[in-house]
Amino acid sequence: MLNKGIILFHSSNYAMWADNVLKKKNIDHRLIPVPRELSSDCGYCIEFENNSAAEVTKLLKNENIEFDRIETI
Amino acid sequence: MNIGSKLSKTNLVYFDNSATSFPKPPAVVDAVVEYMTQAGGNPGRSGHRLAEEAGEIVFLARKALASFFGIKNPMNVVFGPNATDAVNTALKGILNKGDHVITTHLEHNCVMRPLNRLSGDGIIDISVADGDEIGIVSANEIGSLLKPSTKVVVINHVSNVTGVIQPVREIGKMCRSKGVILIVDGAQSGGIVPVNIADDFIDIFAFTGHKALYGPTGTGGMIISDDFDHKILRTLKEGGTGSISDKIEQPDFLPDKLESGTMNVAGIAGLLKGIEFINSLPEGVNSALSHKLTLQKYFIEKASKKVEGFKSYSQTGSPGITSFRMEGFTASDITQQLSDRFNIMSRQGLHCAPSAHQKIGTYPEGTVRFSFSVFSTIAEIDYAIEALKKIRNRNA
Repeated sequence: MLNKGIILFHSSNYAMWADNVLKKKNIDHRLIPVPRELSSDCGYCIEFENNSAAEVTKLLKNENIEFDRIETI
Repeated sequence: MNIGSKLSKTNLVYFDNSATSFPKPPAVVDAVVEYMTQAGGNPGRSGHRLAEEAGEIVFLARKALASFFGIKNPMNVVFGPNATDAVNTALKGILNKGDHVITTHLEHNCVMRPLNRLSGDGIIDISVADGDEIGIVSANEIGSLLKPSTKVVVINHVSNVTGVIQPVREIGKMCRSKGVILIVDGAQSGGIVPVNIADDFIDIFAFTGHKALYGPTGTGGMIISDDFDHKILRTLKEGGTGSISDKIEQPDFLPDKLESGTMNVAGIAGLLKGIEFINSLPEGVNSALSHKLTLQKYFIEKASKKVEGFKSYSQTGSPGITSFRMEGFTASDITQQLSDRFNIMSRQGLHCAPSAHQKIGTYPEGTVRFSFSVFSTIAEIDYAIEALKKIRNRNA
């Protein structure tokens, strides 16, 4: 089973916003450099435990934080 | 409340806070040093820890500014070097050939010069609202100047010359109802009077970080309303943003669209602490405002009584800004003597706002301007009034 989720953003500005929101909700996650195989962006994306994917997605949508996509690895 | 007693100073008296505030709260200075020594990465570019810490500082500053100025989306806080840059970006990014713009006589050159350039290039035509005898314009007057081609109303919220406060909410409401964009030059209002971009119907608010937000110089930018369609803003600068790096097209989303190149993170780290400092006052910006209103009223009333030939060009109720003259003395003579003999820092001349001085009848000589901060005190004002009396007597 795939156990990590990666949220990709159009910009690190949005990654920092999401990081701030997930921290406040105590959702286990970390900022990591964007893996080259997933995107050409220079900055960061967010890695989280995949079992919280539904909650993470809901939070991002509630806060209107735009993101590119969520991948599982 | 005596905010001024919170910070000890040397015997220097600094009354030029409308140019830039001084001193800065210690936390502002500490944050700049901390960024440069502990968290000095480039936000949004690399993926290492120091870049993340820098990115977090910038995000927290966006969030603090969004909340401070009453917008929901922190991505609509766009950083730049100052309010002048923001006004230029807004005007030149929005206006097209044939557009009409309405402004006022009390504008700073950060508005007048871009407008003059656009007009001189044959792109726009301009109407200038006269206002009442001290330059306050009404929504009705602005409304009377509207044409079918009116695209933008641009207005100086608080005059840097006299401290006159324009009724932005009333004007904003009218603009919104007519589909006209309202751009506000908030260089002298951000951190001085309460501003709520949603309630005030402002589309773009140009702010500076180094005046009444108590941040370092080189910080500022624009706060864009949640409702404003930023797609109509052309970019004046393009470049590296750290986002969609596989493409040579500029990103079309905020804030990246308008933030090319590495930003002033050291300054923004300080600015964040400046905003936190204002928020830490018992009633936030209202505490800062009431302190300055008290000082300004005290100064005008006492100087008018005690200093022969003193004439104020500001009214009580201006938020800590007073333009004045002393009969028989030039503005530059007064300012120089205040500095050289009494260690009091003030500003003379036209304050980059010739049109405003024409309006109040002090062009081309200008005035002396005292501008107070939350750290200014009654004792400093008493000392300055004594200094003005001594200047007056020695030359009588």
